[in-house]
Amino acid sequence: MSLRRRLNGSRRSPLAATIVIAAGLLFSGGGYAVATSVVESNVATGYTADQIAQGKKLFLSNCASCHGLNSEGTEAGPSLIGVGAASVDFQVGTGRMPGQASGPQLAKKPVQFTDEQIELMAAYVASLAPGPAIPEAKYLEATGDVTHGGELFRINCAMCHNAVGASGALTEGKYAPTLTGVSGKHVYEAMITGPQNMPVFNDSNLTPTDKQDIISYLAYVDANDSAGGYELGSLGPVAEGLFIWIFGLGGIIAITVWLAAKSN
Amino acid sequence: MTTAVTEKKPEGALASTANYLDERLGVGGILKNFGRKVFPDHWSFMLGEVALYSFVILLISGTFLTFFYQPSMTEVIYDGSYVPLKGAQMSIAYASSLDISFEIRGGMLMRQVHHWSALLFVAAAGLHMLRVFFTGAFRKPREINWLVGFMLFILGMAAGFTGYSLPDDLLSGNGLRIIDGMIKGIPVIGTSISSGLFGGEFPGTEVIARLYGLHILLVPALIVIFIAIHLFMVVIHKHTHYSGPGRTDENVVGYPLMPVYVAKAGGFFFIVFGVVMLISATFTINPIWNYGPYDPSPVSAGTQPDWYIGWLDGALRLAPSNLDVILFGHTYPFGVLIPLVGSLVFLGLVAVYPFIEAWVTADKREHHVLDRPRNAPTRTAIGAAGVTFYGVLWAAASTDIIAVFFQMSLNQVLISMQIMLIVGPIFAYIVTKRTCLSLQRKDREIVLHGRETGRIVRLPHGEYIEVHEPLDKYEMYKLVDFKDYKPTIVRPNEKGKITVGTRIRSALSRIYFEDRIAPVSKTELEQAQAHDHSPAITAGETQEQLTK
Amino acid sequence: MAGKDLERGKEAEGFEHQFESGLAVISQDKISDPGLEPHRVRMTDKSPKHAKNAERQVAVLFLLSVVGSFFALWAYVAFPITDDLSTVRANNLWLGLGMTLSLLGIGIGAVHWAKTLMPDFEVSEPRHQTRGSEDVRAAAVEIVKLADQESGFSRRKLIRRTMYGALALFPLPALIVFGDLGPVVGDSLRHTMWKKGTRLTKDPTGIPIKASDVTLGSVFHVIPEGLAEMHEHKLEEKAKAAVLLVRLNQEDLIEDEDKKSWSYDGIVAYSKICTHVGCPVALYEQHTHHLLCPCHQSTFDVTEHCKVVFGPAARPLPQLPISVDAEGYLIAQSDFLEPVGPSFWER
Repeated sequence: MSLRRRLNGSRRSPLAATIVIAAGLLFSGGGYAVATSVVESNVATGYTADQIAQGKKLFLSNCASCHGLNSEGTEAGPSLIGVGAASVDFQVGTGRMPGQASGPQLAKKPVQFTDEQIELMAAYVASLAPGPAIPEAKYLEATGDVTHGGELFRINCAMCHNAVGASGALTEGKYAPTLTGVSGKHVYEAMITGPQNMPVFNDSNLTPTDKQDIISYLAYVDANDSAGGYELGSLGPVAEGLFIWIFGLGGIIAITVWLAAKSN
Repeated sequence: MTTAVTEKKPEGALASTANYLDERLGVGGILKNFGRKVFPDHWSFMLGEVALYSFVILLISGTFLTFFYQPSMTEVIYDGSYVPLKGAQMSIAYASSLDISFEIRGGMLMRQVHHWSALLFVAAAGLHMLRVFFTGAFRKPREINWLVGFMLFILGMAAGFTGYSLPDDLLSGNGLRIIDGMIKGIPVIGTSISSGLFGGEFPGTEVIARLYGLHILLVPALIVIFIAIHLFMVVIHKHTHYSGPGRTDENVVGYPLMPVYVAKAGGFFFIVFGVVMLISATFTINPIWNYGPYDPSPVSAGTQPDWYIGWLDGALRLAPSNLDVILFGHTYPFGVLIPLVGSLVFLGLVAVYPFIEAWVTADKREHHVLDRPRNAPTRTAIGAAGVTFYGVLWAAASTDIIAVFFQMSLNQVLISMQIMLIVGPIFAYIVTKRTCLSLQRKDREIVLHGRETGRIVRLPHGEYIEVHEPLDKYEMYKLVDFKDYKPTIVRPNEKGKITVGTRIRSALSRIYFEDRIAPVSKTELEQAQAHDHSPAITAGETQEQLTK
Repeated sequence: MAGKDLERGKEAEGFEHQFESGLAVISQDKISDPGLEPHRVRMTDKSPKHAKNAERQVAVLFLLSVVGSFFALWAYVAFPITDDLSTVRANNLWLGLGMTLSLLGIGIGAVHWAKTLMPDFEVSEPRHQTRGSEDVRAAAVEIVKLADQESGFSRRKLIRRTMYGALALFPLPALIVFGDLGPVVGDSLRHTMWKKGTRLTKDPTGIPIKASDVTLGSVFHVIPEGLAEMHEHKLEEKAKAAVLLVRLNQEDLIEDEDKKSWSYDGIVAYSKICTHVGCPVALYEQHTHHLLCPCHQSTFDVTEHCKVVFGPAARPLPQLPISVDAEGYLIAQSDFLEPVGPSFWER
């Protein structure tokens, strides 16, 4: 090799800089994606390209009018990029989506899609960007530590949902809905996606086992009627006070009217 | 020679027992004086009895609970049957309350009887107080009994609050936290009172045991003493009765104590107990296992006190934001102090009302005939305003439950109640007073012209009239026998001065009595009857007579 | 006030003392009292058959009570309690229903007996004026005068006044013995467990929290490191040290200049103890960034140093200055710079 060549060119390829930059970006971006995906649900369900395509069709006909043709969001609905399959499974699976009347909060409604359709739409949304995935079945069984679940529930959930999930008020007409009869899967998904004003409970905050414990606690409460009798909605002293005035004192007053009336 | 009085030997077991007791306790005299005492019979007189019987039920069920409950805040690990708390750390007070509910046969029942009965006790006492107010039974000579009753109502609230805090659960513990926060806000002595109550910092390890001492010893003892005074005064004053034929301020009309009242009132105790037992067997109250042990970090949505403390919680909720005032280095939290002082002022007004009314009317006679509420329009309107004020505060304690149940905005519910707190009582006063006056006018109409029967008759000369049925003299007397007052004008006293007191009294008397409907007089009645008789149509005439 | 200008009311005839009637209008033209209504005869008074029926009904009710009592006794043993919660419910229900029947049977039976079979003739009993008669009052006054004379109470000023003094002061020691109900308050309300370098950990486990764990939209319920393992004074410390941790977008946070260093990368930590009366302000609304206290609905805006935007609270939630340590775990920079919780006099 002549000296000139050695001085002019380097032993590196002209594309070397580009490749290094691209590699750097890939590693840092990919590393970041891996790092953040650690705090999400650790289940990655693989969806086929066919599922994603069918999901996209469903999306375009049912969701795009509010969420945008590319899920980028419009005034009527937020972007779905990064919300993950879990969000779709929760929102559509509980009937909250497709959203209808405007108001402070979306309410549960009759579910409008079949389970297969929901899975397809979830596949499509999951393909847009990494996001919370549908939880593994093993974390949904009600075999967790009910005591620990109750403790976690009271610290993280009861202030909005009430000590046994009977529902509670938020500001400006919003509310935390009742958890009675809600499936473990939907409870898990709500925790991981933070629907509407519910905070997100990622896996560093409440680990998958923690979440299972909470689900187990709720399942226990659902399955076991109160040992004291009818529960009056589990709403606490307000319901009890109304009851004693209307039925307790009211009934006794009816009896006093009989008691003091002249007999025939 | 001595003349001994030979005693007749009593025959039979009953006679010998009675003899035994009479010779030692003088029961013969008691029976003679009280055995045929007359009590008037009306369902509205039984509300006080409901409260009394609820208290007896509280004593019975409470005694059972004291055998099993332990008021200690020492921490322990739960190992009972309630699965979601197995292995959890909690105070012994909470654990023993869980054991009463889940490990002891009849424990859950007795706990629920105790708590339901407590709610009923204060409700019945409150309703009884309203009955006494709206019928004017607090007038002379019963003003002191009104104060005693008022004290009983306050003691009932105290007993209830100390009682439901004993299980040391999350719900009642947050209630204690709120009380602590309010106490800390009291100027000068607040933090010292808080430290004294809790034995140091909140929550400490002393407060549950101290509340226990108050709940089973001091407060019930005071309630028993006040009940004794309350009933003693009913005995010496004799019970009031509603107006009606044969009923005056100088007699009491009703049935004798033995046997009618012994049977009715005694039976009523069993009925009240039975109703409470029925509710306790079928409906859960205060499910402490759902709330978990007290911890300063968690809290449940729908945190309310028991109903009778609700009005105080509502007062706290309705206070506007940002009311702390810092003066000379000290903080005055008016957001807490205004509800606190306001509640005390309200209670004070309730307590002294009989004396205010007595001062305005200057009527020093004894009153034993009750007013129908419509015949004391201003008093009834004031009562309605007070009930509205209390009721809005009570409802304000459940703003979040109302919001979530009726799907309304929490903020709008609260703001509406803030407005209703001011507007409501005024509105209630006006509407109630006008309604009372209208009802009084209606009563006058009925007395003068009889009841409208709805039967239309065509007279021979073509006129259509509605047949009115005149009241019989007994019904009529009920409607005309009530106290009538006139407002007074300002007059100088002996020294020739017109004092401020006289002016205020005169102004109040105008407010009370300016709009008055006088009872129908004999002359008016005779005139009306003469007038009505011209077409000679009364219901007393038969159909045949009319169509002749 | 009640001077001679008021009418003297016509109090009851036969009553010794005539009270003033004040503003009452005493009508001379009143419709007269027709006297007690005639007694209305009941079926059970007229017809022996009805009376017998009523008697049987009462007896049946009492017998039902007996049945109820036995049933309750039986239910107590027939429905034992095991670990299964439904046995508690069953025991509660059947024992309670048995006792209900046992009580209601007696109650309704007794009332029915009174209403149908006992005489229902209304009688009138005269009242006596509560006020004593003049003779009685005079005698009472004499007794008091005599007592005064014999004791010398009015005459002996020295005894009387020193007695008042003694009686006024003797209760004070009874009050002062309550002085040790609680310790002197001191500084306790101004200090919490948080110190420079204390790690933020999850409630209730005590596991430390990394800054990267706190993603946008999450809320962590936080206790200081060391609290979870405490045995003594755990709840007292927790009642001051409980903290909420949220992450906002940095551009959404409106921070005072001198408090900008208190947050870390949009993560902010605030006291969980409501400044109204001390409940945990636990509800976090992810989108509105509002903290709502469930007790009295005080609402705090996290974007603007948790100032009060609704409800009866009067002060913003105190902020805990935070940072990260070398391993990325969130730590406190110091204790709160103001007392947490409700306002108090010495604040």
